[in-house]
Amino acid sequence: MVVTDRNRPVIRRRILAPLVLVALSGTALAVTLPEDSVDTLYHRYEGGGMVIDGPSVLVRKSAGPQVSFTGQYYVDSVSAASVDVLATASKYQEKRTELTAGVDYLHDNAILSLGYTNSSENDYEANTVYFSISQEFFGGLSTLNLGYARGDDTVGKVGNDNFSENTKHQNYQLGLTQVITRNLLLGLDLEAITDEGYLENPYRQNRYVDPADPTHFLYQAEDYPDTRTSLSTAFRALYYLPYRASIKAEYRYFTDTWGIDAQTFELAYVHPLGERWTIEGKVRYYTQSAADFYGDLFPYQNSQTHLGRDKELSSFAGTTLGTGVTYEWKQARLPGIDRVRFNLLLDYLDFRYDNFRDVTAPGNYLPGNEPLYQFDAFVTRASMILDY
Amino acid sequence: MIALLLTLQGCSGLKPWVKPYERDNLADPIMSLSRHGYADSYMHHVYQSRESARGSEGGSGGGCGCN
Repeated sequence: MVVTDRNRPVIRRRILAPLVLVALSGTALAVTLPEDSVDTLYHRYEGGGMVIDGPSVLVRKSAGPQVSFTGQYYVDSVSAASVDVLATASKYQEKRTELTAGVDYLHDNAILSLGYTNSSENDYEANTVYFSISQEFFGGLSTLNLGYARGDDTVGKVGNDNFSENTKHQNYQLGLTQVITRNLLLGLDLEAITDEGYLENPYRQNRYVDPADPTHFLYQAEDYPDTRTSLSTAFRALYYLPYRASIKAEYRYFTDTWGIDAQTFELAYVHPLGERWTIEGKVRYYTQSAADFYGDLFPYQNSQTHLGRDKELSSFAGTTLGTGVTYEWKQARLPGIDRVRFNLLLDYLDFRYDNFRDVTAPGNYLPGNEPLYQFDAFVTRASMILDY
Repeated sequence: MIALLLTLQGCSGLKPWVKPYERDNLADPIMSLSRHGYADSYMHHVYQSRESARGSEGGSGGGCGCN
Protein backbone atom coordinates (compact mmCIF):
# COMPACT_ATOMS: atom_id res chain seq x y z
CA MET A 1 0.00 0.00 0.00
CA VAL A 2 1.40 3.36 -0.95
CA VAL A 3 0.78 6.05 1.61
CA THR A 4 0.95 9.56 0.28
CA ASP A 5 0.82 12.78 2.25
CA ARG A 6 1.14 10.77 5.41
CA ASN A 7 0.93 13.79 7.63
CA ARG A 8 -1.78 15.58 5.77
CA PRO A 9 -5.48 15.68 6.44
CA VAL A 10 -7.60 13.66 4.11
CA ILE A 11 -11.10 14.60 4.95
CA ARG A 12 -12.84 17.86 4.48
CA ARG A 13 -15.29 19.17 1.90
CA ARG A 14 -18.85 20.19 2.34
CA ILE A 15 -18.12 21.76 5.68
CA LEU A 16 -18.82 25.01 3.91
CA ALA A 17 -21.57 25.92 1.52
CA PRO A 18 -24.42 24.33 3.50
CA LEU A 19 -24.88 27.21 5.88
CA VAL A 20 -25.75 29.41 2.97
CA LEU A 21 -28.90 27.42 2.43
CA VAL A 22 -29.71 27.98 6.02
CA ALA A 23 -29.48 31.68 5.52
CA LEU A 24 -31.87 31.40 2.64
CA SER A 25 -34.46 29.36 4.38
CA GLY A 26 -34.28 30.67 7.87
CA THR A 27 -35.59 34.14 7.36
CA ALA A 28 -39.10 33.62 6.16
CA LEU A 29 -41.32 33.04 9.14
CA ALA A 30 -44.53 34.70 8.01
CA VAL A 31 -44.48 38.30 6.92
CA THR A 32 -43.27 40.19 9.93
CA LEU A 33 -39.69 41.04 10.63
CA PRO A 34 -38.21 38.69 13.21
CA GLU A 35 -37.87 40.11 16.72
CA ASP A 36 -34.62 41.69 17.82
CA SER A 37 -32.69 38.86 19.41
CA VAL A 38 -29.36 37.40 20.40
CA ASP A 39 -29.11 33.69 19.54
CA THR A 40 -26.10 31.99 21.14
CA LEU A 41 -25.35 28.35 20.48
CA TYR A 42 -22.76 25.84 21.60
CA HIS A 43 -22.62 22.89 19.21
CA ARG A 44 -20.72 19.65 19.48
CA TYR A 45 -20.50 16.66 17.14
CA GLU A 46 -18.65 13.59 18.38
CA GLY A 47 -18.43 10.30 16.53
CA GLY A 48 -16.62 8.35 13.84
CA GLY A 49 -13.29 9.66 15.10
CA MET A 50 -14.36 13.28 14.68
CA VAL A 51 -14.94 15.90 17.32
CA ILE A 52 -16.26 19.21 16.01
CA ASP A 53 -17.46 21.88 18.37
CA GLY A 54 -17.64 25.61 18.77
CA PRO A 55 -19.83 28.61 19.41
CA SER A 56 -22.24 30.55 17.25
CA VAL A 57 -23.60 34.00 17.99
CA LEU A 58 -26.31 35.54 15.85
CA VAL A 59 -27.50 39.07 16.59
CA ARG A 60 -30.56 40.62 15.01
CA LYS A 61 -31.40 44.32 15.36
CA SER A 62 -34.14 46.30 13.65
CA ALA A 63 -33.79 49.82 12.37
CA GLY A 64 -37.30 51.15 12.20
CA PRO A 65 -40.41 49.14 11.33
CA GLN A 66 -39.22 47.94 7.93
CA VAL A 67 -35.55 47.03 8.21
CA SER A 68 -33.73 44.42 10.27
CA PHE A 69 -30.01 43.66 10.27
CA THR A 70 -28.32 40.39 11.20
CA GLY A 71 -24.75 39.50 11.97
CA GLN A 72 -23.38 36.09 12.80
CA TYR A 73 -20.11 34.62 14.00
CA TYR A 74 -19.69 30.84 13.82
CA VAL A 75 -16.76 28.54 14.58
CA ASP A 76 -16.03 24.86 13.90
CA SER A 77 -13.05 23.52 15.83
CA VAL A 78 -12.22 20.17 14.26
CA SER A 79 -10.23 17.27 15.66
CA ALA A 80 -10.21 14.61 12.98
CA ALA A 81 -9.24 10.96 13.18
CA SER A 82 -11.97 9.46 11.02
CA VAL A 83 -11.60 6.24 9.05
CA ASP A 84 -10.70 8.29 5.96
CA VAL A 85 -7.97 10.12 7.80
CA LEU A 86 -6.50 7.08 9.52
CA ALA A 87 -6.43 5.07 6.28
CA THR A 88 -3.92 7.29 4.53
CA ALA A 89 -2.84 10.09 6.86
CA SER A 90 -2.63 11.21 10.47
CA LYS A 91 -4.96 12.85 12.91
CA TYR A 92 -5.20 16.60 12.46
CA GLN A 93 -6.81 19.65 13.98
CA GLU A 94 -8.12 22.75 12.30
CA LYS A 95 -10.54 25.61 12.69
CA ARG A 96 -13.14 27.11 10.41
CA THR A 97 -14.58 30.56 10.99
CA GLU A 98 -17.70 31.89 9.33
CA LEU A 99 -19.06 35.44 9.29
CA THR A 100 -22.44 36.46 7.92
CA ALA A 101 -24.04 39.85 7.46
CA GLY A 102 -27.60 40.28 6.24
CA VAL A 103 -30.49 42.69 5.96
CA ASP A 104 -34.23 42.08 5.75
CA TYR A 105 -36.62 44.63 4.30
CA LEU A 106 -40.37 44.47 4.93
CA HIS A 107 -42.64 45.86 2.23
CA ASP A 108 -46.39 45.25 2.41
CA ASN A 109 -46.78 41.48 2.67
CA ALA A 110 -43.27 40.67 1.51
CA ILE A 111 -39.82 40.42 3.07
CA LEU A 112 -36.76 40.85 0.91
CA SER A 113 -33.53 39.44 2.34
CA LEU A 114 -29.99 40.01 1.20
CA GLY A 115 -26.83 38.65 2.75
CA TYR A 116 -23.19 37.76 2.45
CA THR A 117 -21.23 34.95 4.09
CA ASN A 118 -17.51 34.36 4.31
CA SER A 119 -16.10 31.05 5.48
CA SER A 120 -12.40 30.67 6.06
CA GLU A 121 -10.03 27.78 6.78
CA ASN A 122 -6.33 27.45 6.27
CA ASP A 123 -6.92 25.68 2.95
CA TYR A 124 -10.45 26.69 1.94
CA GLU A 125 -12.08 30.07 1.39
CA ALA A 126 -15.75 30.46 0.51
CA ASN A 127 -17.73 33.60 -0.28
CA THR A 128 -21.45 33.53 -0.85
CA VAL A 129 -24.17 36.07 -1.53
CA TYR A 130 -27.84 35.22 -1.15
CA PHE A 131 -31.14 36.85 -1.91
CA SER A 132 -34.64 35.75 -1.03
CA ILE A 133 -38.16 37.09 -1.09
CA SER A 134 -41.03 35.85 1.01
CA GLN A 135 -44.57 36.88 0.05
CA GLU A 136 -47.72 36.22 2.01
CA PHE A 137 -51.05 36.11 0.21
CA PHE A 138 -54.53 34.62 0.28
CA GLY A 139 -55.48 36.26 3.55
CA GLY A 140 -52.34 35.06 5.25
CA LEU A 141 -52.98 31.38 4.56
CA SER A 142 -50.23 31.05 1.95
CA THR A 143 -46.58 32.07 2.05
CA LEU A 144 -44.37 31.80 -1.00
CA ASN A 145 -40.60 31.90 -0.68
CA LEU A 146 -38.11 32.36 -3.51
CA GLY A 147 -34.36 32.27 -2.97
CA TYR A 148 -31.11 32.41 -4.87
CA ALA A 149 -27.53 32.05 -3.67
CA ARG A 150 -24.21 32.15 -5.46
CA GLY A 151 -20.96 30.94 -3.98
CA ASP A 152 -17.34 31.16 -5.08
CA ASP A 153 -14.84 28.92 -3.32
CA THR A 154 -11.07 28.73 -3.47
CA VAL A 155 -9.65 25.31 -2.64
CA GLY A 156 -6.10 24.99 -1.38
CA LYS A 157 -3.96 22.17 -0.08
CA VAL A 158 -1.81 22.20 3.03
CA GLY A 159 1.82 21.66 2.13
CA ASN A 160 1.40 22.65 -1.51
CA ASP A 161 1.36 26.40 -1.96
CA ASN A 162 1.00 26.01 -5.72
CA PHE A 163 -2.29 24.16 -5.43
CA SER A 164 -5.28 26.44 -5.98
CA GLU A 165 -8.60 25.49 -7.53
CA ASN A 166 -11.98 27.18 -7.81
CA THR A 167 -15.54 26.05 -7.39
CA LYS A 168 -18.78 27.87 -8.10
CA HIS A 169 -22.19 27.04 -6.63
CA GLN A 170 -25.66 28.30 -7.39
CA ASN A 171 -28.83 27.56 -5.43
CA TYR A 172 -32.40 28.13 -6.59
CA GLN A 173 -35.05 27.72 -3.96
CA LEU A 174 -38.84 27.71 -4.03
CA GLY A 175 -41.03 27.13 -1.00
CA LEU A 176 -44.73 27.29 -0.22
CA THR A 177 -46.40 27.06 3.16
CA GLN A 178 -50.15 26.60 3.18
CA VAL A 179 -52.62 26.68 6.05
CA ILE A 180 -55.11 23.90 5.37
CA THR A 181 -57.25 23.94 8.50
CA ARG A 182 -57.11 25.64 11.89
CA ASN A 183 -54.89 22.72 12.99
CA LEU A 184 -52.98 21.73 9.88
CA LEU A 185 -50.12 23.35 8.02
CA LEU A 186 -48.45 21.98 4.87
CA GLY A 187 -45.11 22.90 3.36
CA LEU A 188 -43.62 22.18 -0.03
CA ASP A 189 -40.01 22.97 -0.94
CA LEU A 190 -38.07 22.64 -4.17
CA GLU A 191 -34.40 23.35 -4.56
CA ALA A 192 -31.96 23.03 -7.45
CA ILE A 193 -28.23 23.35 -6.87
CA THR A 194 -25.47 23.50 -9.46
CA ASP A 195 -21.75 23.09 -8.81
CA GLU A 196 -18.97 23.75 -11.25
CA GLY A 197 -15.21 23.49 -10.92
CA TYR A 198 -13.01 21.45 -8.61
CA LEU A 199 -15.40 19.21 -6.68
CA GLU A 200 -12.96 16.67 -5.28
CA ASN A 201 -11.34 16.67 -1.89
CA PRO A 202 -7.66 17.24 -2.70
CA TYR A 203 -6.56 14.99 0.16
CA ARG A 204 -8.84 12.05 -0.39
CA GLN A 205 -7.85 9.00 -2.40
CA ASN A 206 -9.40 5.84 -3.77
CA ARG A 207 -7.87 2.39 -3.98
CA TYR A 208 -7.38 -0.21 -6.71
CA VAL A 209 -6.19 -3.79 -6.83
CA ASP A 210 -2.46 -4.36 -7.26
CA PRO A 211 -1.45 -7.99 -6.66
CA ALA A 212 2.23 -7.00 -6.62
CA ASP A 213 1.87 -4.86 -3.50
CA PRO A 214 2.08 -6.62 -0.10
CA THR A 215 -1.35 -5.25 0.83
CA HIS A 216 -2.72 -6.15 -2.62
CA PHE A 217 -3.94 -2.61 -3.28
CA LEU A 218 -2.65 0.88 -3.94
CA TYR A 219 -4.12 4.36 -3.65
CA GLN A 220 -4.69 6.89 -6.42
CA ALA A 221 -6.10 10.41 -6.56
CA GLU A 222 -9.82 11.04 -6.71
CA ASP A 223 -11.24 12.24 -10.02
CA TYR A 224 -14.81 13.59 -10.00
CA PRO A 225 -16.81 15.20 -12.78
CA ASP A 226 -16.38 18.99 -12.95
CA THR A 227 -20.10 19.66 -12.74
CA ARG A 228 -22.94 18.49 -10.56
CA THR A 229 -26.61 19.42 -10.57
CA SER A 230 -29.04 18.26 -7.94
CA LEU A 231 -32.76 18.60 -7.37
CA SER A 232 -34.59 18.03 -4.14
CA THR A 233 -38.20 18.31 -3.12
CA ALA A 234 -39.66 18.04 0.35
CA PHE A 235 -43.17 17.77 1.69
CA ARG A 236 -44.00 18.58 5.31
CA ALA A 237 -47.16 18.41 7.40
CA LEU A 238 -47.52 19.91 10.86
CA TYR A 239 -50.61 19.10 12.89
CA TYR A 240 -51.89 20.55 16.17
CA LEU A 241 -53.18 17.77 18.40
CA PRO A 242 -56.30 18.30 20.54
CA TYR A 243 -54.38 18.33 23.85
CA ARG A 244 -51.85 21.06 22.88
CA ALA A 245 -49.04 19.19 21.24
CA SER A 246 -47.85 19.03 17.66
CA ILE A 247 -46.70 16.29 15.34
CA LYS A 248 -44.67 16.79 12.18
CA ALA A 249 -44.14 14.42 9.28
CA GLU A 250 -41.60 15.08 6.58
CA TYR A 251 -40.47 13.41 3.36
CA ARG A 252 -37.70 14.54 1.02
CA TYR A 253 -36.59 13.12 -2.30
CA PHE A 254 -33.21 13.97 -3.80
CA THR A 255 -31.58 13.17 -7.12
CA ASP A 256 -28.44 14.43 -8.87
CA THR A 257 -26.46 14.07 -12.08
CA TRP A 258 -23.90 11.87 -10.35
CA GLY A 259 -26.48 9.10 -10.09
CA ILE A 260 -27.28 9.55 -6.42
CA ASP A 261 -30.89 9.16 -5.32
CA ALA A 262 -31.80 9.73 -1.69
CA GLN A 263 -34.87 9.73 0.51
CA THR A 264 -35.38 11.23 3.95
CA PHE A 265 -38.22 10.45 6.35
CA GLU A 266 -38.79 12.27 9.61
CA LEU A 267 -41.39 12.24 12.36
CA ALA A 268 -41.26 14.74 15.23
CA TYR A 269 -43.40 15.35 18.30
CA VAL A 270 -43.52 18.46 20.53
CA HIS A 271 -45.23 18.46 23.92
CA PRO A 272 -45.48 21.48 26.24
CA LEU A 273 -45.38 20.90 29.99
CA GLY A 274 -47.02 23.86 31.62
CA GLU A 275 -46.26 27.41 30.60
CA ARG A 276 -42.48 27.27 30.53
CA TRP A 277 -41.29 23.79 29.63
CA THR A 278 -41.50 21.95 26.31
CA ILE A 279 -40.15 18.52 25.50
CA GLU A 280 -39.74 16.95 22.08
CA GLY A 281 -38.60 13.85 20.26
CA LYS A 282 -37.90 12.85 16.69
CA VAL A 283 -36.99 9.94 14.48
CA ARG A 284 -35.25 10.42 11.15
CA TYR A 285 -34.27 7.87 8.52
CA TYR A 286 -32.09 8.60 5.50
CA THR A 287 -31.03 6.33 2.66
CA GLN A 288 -29.11 6.96 -0.56
CA SER A 289 -27.74 5.08 -3.56
CA ALA A 290 -24.13 5.36 -4.67
CA ALA A 291 -22.72 7.73 -7.26
CA ASP A 292 -22.12 6.21 -10.69
CA PHE A 293 -18.35 6.57 -10.32
CA TYR A 294 -18.11 5.36 -6.72
CA GLY A 295 -16.06 2.27 -5.95
CA ASP A 296 -14.69 0.84 -2.73
CA LEU A 297 -12.02 -1.03 -4.68
CA PHE A 298 -11.36 -0.43 -8.36
CA PRO A 299 -10.08 -3.40 -10.42
CA TYR A 300 -6.96 -1.61 -11.66
CA GLN A 301 -5.42 1.86 -11.91
CA ASN A 302 -7.52 4.44 -13.74
CA SER A 303 -10.06 1.75 -14.59
CA GLN A 304 -12.72 4.37 -15.44
CA THR A 305 -12.96 8.04 -16.33
CA HIS A 306 -14.11 9.24 -12.91
CA LEU A 307 -13.07 7.64 -9.65
CA GLY A 308 -14.37 8.24 -6.16
CA ARG A 309 -14.21 6.45 -2.81
CA ASP A 310 -15.66 9.15 -0.63
CA LYS A 311 -18.00 7.28 1.70
CA GLU A 312 -20.58 10.05 1.35
CA LEU A 313 -20.84 8.96 -2.30
CA SER A 314 -21.47 5.32 -1.41
CA SER A 315 -24.73 3.52 -0.73
CA PHE A 316 -25.71 3.80 2.93
CA ALA A 317 -28.46 4.49 5.45
CA GLY A 318 -28.55 6.68 8.52
CA THR A 319 -30.90 6.78 11.48
CA THR A 320 -31.30 9.62 13.98
CA LEU A 321 -33.03 9.58 17.33
CA GLY A 322 -33.40 13.03 18.82
CA THR A 323 -34.74 14.56 21.98
CA GLY A 324 -34.80 18.01 23.48
CA VAL A 325 -36.09 20.27 26.19
CA THR A 326 -36.90 23.98 26.06
CA TYR A 327 -37.39 26.38 28.95
CA GLU A 328 -39.01 29.68 28.10
CA TRP A 329 -39.24 32.67 30.39
CA LYS A 330 -41.57 35.30 28.98
CA GLN A 331 -41.57 37.73 31.90
CA ALA A 332 -37.85 38.00 32.30
CA ARG A 333 -36.91 40.31 35.11
CA LEU A 334 -33.93 41.57 33.22
CA PRO A 335 -34.18 45.14 31.97
CA GLY A 336 -34.81 45.35 28.25
CA ILE A 337 -35.35 41.60 27.82
CA ASP A 338 -38.77 40.45 26.60
CA ARG A 339 -38.20 36.71 26.54
CA VAL A 340 -35.49 34.15 27.22
CA ARG A 341 -35.39 30.63 25.81
CA PHE A 342 -32.99 27.87 26.75
CA ASN A 343 -32.74 24.80 24.53
CA LEU A 344 -30.86 21.58 25.10
CA LEU A 345 -31.05 19.20 22.15
CA LEU A 346 -29.42 15.78 21.91
CA ASP A 347 -29.29 13.61 18.81
CA TYR A 348 -27.93 10.13 18.30
CA LEU A 349 -26.89 9.31 14.72
CA ASP A 350 -26.11 5.88 13.32
CA PHE A 351 -24.70 5.34 9.81
CA ARG A 352 -24.30 1.95 8.13
CA TYR A 353 -22.57 1.62 4.77
CA ASP A 354 -23.45 -0.95 2.11
CA ASN A 355 -20.29 -0.80 0.01
CA PHE A 356 -17.67 1.16 1.92
CA ARG A 357 -15.22 -1.10 3.75
CA ASP A 358 -13.15 -0.32 6.80
CA VAL A 359 -9.50 -0.68 5.75
CA THR A 360 -8.43 0.20 9.31
CA ALA A 361 -10.21 -2.83 10.82
CA PRO A 362 -7.78 -5.05 12.75
CA GLY A 363 -7.05 -8.40 11.14
CA ASN A 364 -5.68 -9.67 7.86
CA TYR A 365 -8.22 -9.20 5.14
CA LEU A 366 -7.86 -9.47 1.42
CA PRO A 367 -8.92 -6.28 -0.35
CA GLY A 368 -12.66 -6.17 -0.68
CA ASN A 369 -13.20 -8.53 2.27
CA GLU A 370 -12.79 -6.02 5.08
CA PRO A 371 -15.86 -5.49 7.28
CA LEU A 372 -18.34 -2.90 6.07
CA TYR A 373 -17.92 0.42 7.85
CA GLN A 374 -20.41 1.83 10.32
CA PHE A 375 -20.26 4.47 13.01
CA ASP A 376 -22.42 6.39 15.41
CA ALA A 377 -22.26 9.94 16.72
CA PHE A 378 -23.78 12.25 19.28
CA VAL A 379 -24.77 15.81 18.47
CA THR A 380 -25.33 18.26 21.30
CA ARG A 381 -26.84 21.71 20.88
CA ALA A 382 -27.22 24.07 23.81
CA SER A 383 -28.61 27.47 22.99
CA MET A 384 -29.93 30.59 24.65
CA ILE A 385 -32.11 33.00 22.70
CA LEU A 386 -32.79 36.44 24.12
CA ASP A 387 -35.54 38.57 22.57
CA TYR A 388 -35.20 42.23 23.40
CA MET B 1 -49.48 22.23 -5.86
CA ILE B 2 -48.35 25.85 -6.20
CA ALA B 3 -49.91 26.27 -9.65
CA LEU B 4 -53.09 24.64 -8.44
CA LEU B 5 -53.33 26.96 -5.45
CA LEU B 6 -52.65 30.07 -7.47
CA THR B 7 -55.22 29.03 -10.03
CA LEU B 8 -57.80 28.26 -7.40
CA GLN B 9 -57.18 31.43 -5.49
CA GLY B 10 -56.96 33.71 -8.48
CA CYS B 11 -59.78 32.50 -10.65
CA SER B 12 -62.36 30.75 -8.57
CA GLY B 13 -63.20 33.44 -6.10
CA LEU B 14 -62.06 31.10 -3.37
CA LYS B 15 -61.91 32.89 -0.02
CA PRO B 16 -59.53 32.19 2.86
CA TRP B 17 -61.35 29.45 4.74
CA VAL B 18 -59.53 29.74 8.07
CA LYS B 19 -60.54 33.07 9.57
CA PRO B 20 -58.09 35.15 11.63
CA TYR B 21 -60.02 34.40 14.82
CA GLU B 22 -59.63 30.67 14.13
CA ARG B 23 -55.85 30.75 14.07
CA ASP B 24 -55.01 30.43 17.76
CA ASN B 25 -53.63 26.93 17.41
CA LEU B 26 -51.60 27.83 14.33
CA ALA B 27 -50.08 30.77 16.21
CA ASP B 28 -48.81 28.51 19.02
CA PRO B 29 -44.98 28.31 18.96
CA ILE B 30 -45.19 24.52 18.80
CA MET B 31 -46.63 24.97 15.29
CA SER B 32 -43.43 26.45 13.90
CA LEU B 33 -41.48 24.41 11.35
CA SER B 34 -38.26 25.79 12.86
CA ARG B 35 -38.54 26.41 16.61
CA HIS B 36 -34.92 26.57 17.70
CA GLY B 37 -33.41 29.38 15.67
CA TYR B 38 -29.90 28.74 14.51
CA ALA B 39 -29.73 25.40 16.34
CA ASP B 40 -32.05 24.00 13.67
CA SER B 41 -29.87 25.34 10.90
CA TYR B 42 -26.82 23.75 12.48
CA MET B 43 -28.45 20.33 12.25
CA HIS B 44 -28.92 20.76 8.51
CA HIS B 45 -25.22 21.47 8.33
CA VAL B 46 -24.44 18.26 10.24
CA TYR B 47 -26.41 16.19 7.75
CA GLN B 48 -25.10 17.93 4.66
CA SER B 49 -21.55 17.18 5.74
CA ARG B 50 -22.25 13.44 5.94
CA GLU B 51 -24.92 12.81 3.32
CA SER B 52 -25.01 13.53 -0.39
CA ALA B 53 -28.56 14.89 -0.35
CA ARG B 54 -28.87 18.63 0.04
CA GLY B 55 -31.49 21.31 -0.28
CA SER B 56 -35.17 21.66 0.62
CA GLU B 57 -34.37 21.59 4.31
CA GLY B 58 -37.38 23.79 5.00
CA GLY B 59 -37.84 26.32 7.71
CA SER B 60 -39.57 28.52 5.17
CA GLY B 61 -42.82 28.84 7.00
CA GLY B 62 -44.95 28.04 9.95
CA GLY B 63 -46.99 30.00 12.40
CA CYS B 64 -50.43 31.39 11.93
CA GLY B 65 -50.06 33.66 8.94
CA CYS B 66 -51.97 36.21 11.00
CA ASN B 67 -50.33 39.31 9.61
